[in-house]
Amino acid sequence: MADFTPNEMMTIAAARALKNDDVCFVGIGAPSAACNLARLTHAPQITLIYESGTIGTRPNVLPLSIGDGELCETALCTVSVPEMFRYWLQGGRITVGFLGGAQIDKFANINTTVVGPYDKPKVRLPGGGGAPEIATNCGEIFITMAMGKRAFVDKLPFITSMGHGPTGRERRELKVKSRGPTRLMTDLCVFEPDPETMEMTIVSIHPGVTREQIAENCGWTPRYIDNVPETPAPTAQELETLRDIQARTKAAHAA
Amino acid sequence: MAKFMTLAEAIAENVRDGDTVAMEGFTHLIPFAAGHEVIRQGRKHLTLIRMTPDLIYDQLIGMGCADKLVFSWGGNPGVGSTHRIRDAVENQWPAPLAIEEHSHAAMANAYEAGAANLPFAVLRGYIGVDLPKVNPKIKSVTCPYTGEVLATVPAIRPDVGIIHAGRADREGNVLLEGIVGCQKEVVLASKRTVVTVEEIVEKLDAKSYNSVVLPHWTVGAIAQVPGGAHPSYAQGYYKRDNSFYIAWDKLSREREGFLAWMKENVLDKTPEAFAAHAKRSAA
Repeated sequence: MADFTPNEMMTIAAARALKNDDVCFVGIGAPSAACNLARLTHAPQITLIYESGTIGTRPNVLPLSIGDGELCETALCTVSVPEMFRYWLQGGRITVGFLGGAQIDKFANINTTVVGPYDKPKVRLPGGGGAPEIATNCGEIFITMAMGKRAFVDKLPFITSMGHGPTGRERRELKVKSRGPTRLMTDLCVFEPDPETMEMTIVSIHPGVTREQIAENCGWTPRYIDNVPETPAPTAQELETLRDIQARTKAAHAA
Repeated sequence: MAKFMTLAEAIAENVRDGDTVAMEGFTHLIPFAAGHEVIRQGRKHLTLIRMTPDLIYDQLIGMGCADKLVFSWGGNPGVGSTHRIRDAVENQWPAPLAIEEHSHAAMANAYEAGAANLPFAVLRGYIGVDLPKVNPKIKSVTCPYTGEVLATVPAIRPDVGIIHAGRADREGNVLLEGIVGCQKEVVLASKRTVVTVEEIVEKLDAKSYNSVVLPHWTVGAIAQVPGGAHPSYAQGYYKRDNSFYIAWDKLSREREGFLAWMKENVLDKTPEAFAAHAKRSAA
């Protein structure tokens, strides 16, 4: 088995969640790496869409921003930002929205707005950007985030984008038709919502990771399905493709 | 009606203290040269509107030009925080900054409503989230046909819209190519406009019959500033300077370092300084 880092395992587990026929709205950072890895491995025909308006983009290096020129140059087409949010996202054309975040709770609600009171913030985070509407207008939502007690919290100070709601019931009560977060890929394990309670539940543990490690990095007591399997380790091809694109990206952004 | 002038004249004539100003460009074509000119001319008490404040508003806010920020995502894309905006919000330095926060979808819709001469925009948005609790401008309307409750936000109608574009022809028609963001909407929604361009040409030579062209009678001041979008980029002219965006994290983290950089690179410079960036990172 090849050596790999927890971060590489996270990106590879996230990439595997995507299918060849998905139309995916890509968040910047970890989601962008995962989506492009999927495109370069098992899902060559996947349609990647960035909120800058680029549709069907095939970048050779990972973009630093959601609007790098590389995205436009390699896209099937580029539309205006109002059109992107109105016709394509709100229009229901996106099968998967792929998000990251600063903080998440057990019902996969996400905070990227503020820590502390909104009017007197302890830490002012960037805000929601496209996420509030991505979270409800895409067919389903995948999330990728590294675990840690400051990131995986029992109660969010602010809900920037809705997962299944503060008690897991609100999404249904609000009659949102899309499925919401169906998968959460971390550096230690993979979560999926319990079909009844909608609580994010661990469905596979990455190779070499212990339940103690997961507990130490989670702000609530996480639940597991019965007989949790081990996440298949990265293949040599997955690792090589990921490392290649990251090396190309680093060289390009340093230029 | 389009009027060619220098950037200094364009800003002096169009941007006044207390104005509501939208400088748009979604990652691409951000009008940095125009923003720097606003700083040099010492404008105060502005309400700054931008979906992604980016480094340009980090600089304007850090230099004390603004009383209020209207935005939807305020970070350094792919890098981290905009430290000067955070310092203003968290520590009121150099001055308190009021914020009006939206989502991207809402702001894009609000610009479009402004361009369409409507009082508000309607969207299926802000469902199950906390922003409407802290932004009283986010309201709702019940659809008269289906009964669905939809979110509303007021149209954006800036006093001044400022954009950067690839080129204008001698009549003042302006061509935008690549990621076009919401610049067309901003220009059509604004009372006055300033457009900076990479070049002025005899003929626009758009690649498509359907290119985004702003007819000369929809734009105000036009100033030629090659490189004027640096460190963002101009498709077909020069690439995004990602290394500068990464470097800004350190340059802007401390107040003294930020002020020193602004003095050397903005206050003591003229718009002509941007030409070097266009040449250095030619696409």
